[in-house]
Amino acid sequence: MQADAKIRTESGTESGPRGPNCSLRHFACEQNLLSRPDGSASFLQGDTSVLAGVYGPAEVKVSKEIFNKATLEVILRPKIGLPGISEKSRERLIRNTCEAVVLGTLHPRTSITVVLQVVSDAGSLLACCLNAACMALVDAGVPMRALFCGVTCALNADGTLVLDPTAKQEKEARAVLTLALDSVERKLLMSTTKGLYSDAELQQSLAAAQAASQHVFRFYRESLQRRYSKS
Amino acid sequence: MAAGFKTVEPLEYYRRFLKENCRPDGRELGEFRTTTVNIGSISTADGSALVKLGNTTVICGIKAEFAAPPTDGPDKGYVVPNVDLPPLCSSRFRSGPPGEEAQVASQFIADVIENSQIIQKEDLCISPGKLSWVLYCDIICLDYDGNILDACTFALLAALKNVQLPEVTINEETGLAEVNLKKKSYLNIRTHPVATSFAVFDDTLLIVDPTGEEEHLATGTLTVVMDEEGKLCCLHKPGGSGLTGAKLQDCMSRAVTRHKEVKKLMDEVIKSMKPK
Repeated sequence: MQADAKIRTESGTESGPRGPNCSLRHFACEQNLLSRPDGSASFLQGDTSVLAGVYGPAEVKVSKEIFNKATLEVILRPKIGLPGISEKSRERLIRNTCEAVVLGTLHPRTSITVVLQVVSDAGSLLACCLNAACMALVDAGVPMRALFCGVTCALNADGTLVLDPTAKQEKEARAVLTLALDSVERKLLMSTTKGLYSDAELQQSLAAAQAASQHVFRFYRESLQRRYSKS
Repeated sequence: MAAGFKTVEPLEYYRRFLKENCRPDGRELGEFRTTTVNIGSISTADGSALVKLGNTTVICGIKAEFAAPPTDGPDKGYVVPNVDLPPLCSSRFRSGPPGEEAQVASQFIADVIENSQIIQKEDLCISPGKLSWVLYCDIICLDYDGNILDACTFALLAALKNVQLPEVTINEETGLAEVNLKKKSYLNIRTHPVATSFAVFDDTLLIVDPTGEEEHLATGTLTVVMDEEGKLCCLHKPGGSGLTGAKLQDCMSRAVTRHKEVKKLMDEVIKSMKPK
């Protein structure tokens, strides 16, 4: 069943100058689009698109098994070329974020594999990967204690904050911060940053990301409601 | 009896100590292990440094070679870091291609170099479009007892301060490079990024400079890289328990004090080394 939930955020959509009060790009999500994986989701943020598939809980190799919880594995494939160490680094970030929310102790000695394929990259890629992974985990029915979302903040040379930057804005920015927040208490689960910024700017970005994450979580909720209300 | 309890219930054993606001090795929650640094120990390298953070031992060697500058930046050189975690340092690493931990650490060091602008890549250019320096920074861990990122960053910084590049001139007629080994100059190090790592326990408690066992028991880690002006070069939090803004603030203030300690140590060592 494909529930195509295209919801526009209140503050409007793409292009044009964007102020600091939450103007995320238009996002869309589609679930259960692949037949083989237990759960799958495609997440679009503006022109950035990532496809995620989740297999699990499934059998695990004896060398990788953990006696009291599930082994989480994340595979990230770039759009072109072979995966390199930057992909490995991102896989580690996404995996640790998922490990913090997935209730692995309910499925010991099993493996949960999240496979992410970058379909198009127009800025805020890691955040889009996180969102796609979360939606795919929900679609697969993996028990989680909270949902998570990724938000990217770009700080310009003059100190203005732009949320969900495009590739061009990311290149011109002084610093780009990607933050993952959980849905229950809006705590910071994961962060990775590029560029130089001050402590105050970090707190400012965190506050902006927390505000933006509300929109993303509301979008998750609405998209799932639409999907299940059809059946 | 304590050893038995530690094997059976390592987390509970740890919690008993944390309740008293200290750790099994006697440190307080915000205390770093003894840091020692030895600069210039490898004579065959252009710059080197050995850093010991308690038991964690990391050595960084830097070799400078010639290369053609990149096409998209003809007046730039290269800095190529590589972190190697050989089977020597810990039983969890096998020989063969670099594992995930080593790759993540290499990417982290590359990010720190890029973000903090520790070296201006333009300084490494000899002749625009024709010749530039490439600095191969090899960071090898000799003993893994936790907090590898802090040790690697410090070793890299100390080794870069130790690098001396000879003067190179391009001969007009032959077009070849002539190296004058007698005239060497130090690199222009613009900032001094220092990393401070924390481990999160039970979603609430933050401890500084985790050892290998503590990292294993922790529910999350956080590494903050700060330069001398208090600007953040990198906030590396790969998942794990959530942190509030207030907790992050505490981490920042600890990172600032750590930066001062490390800078002082490094300046002392460098002062004691010169004149060569």
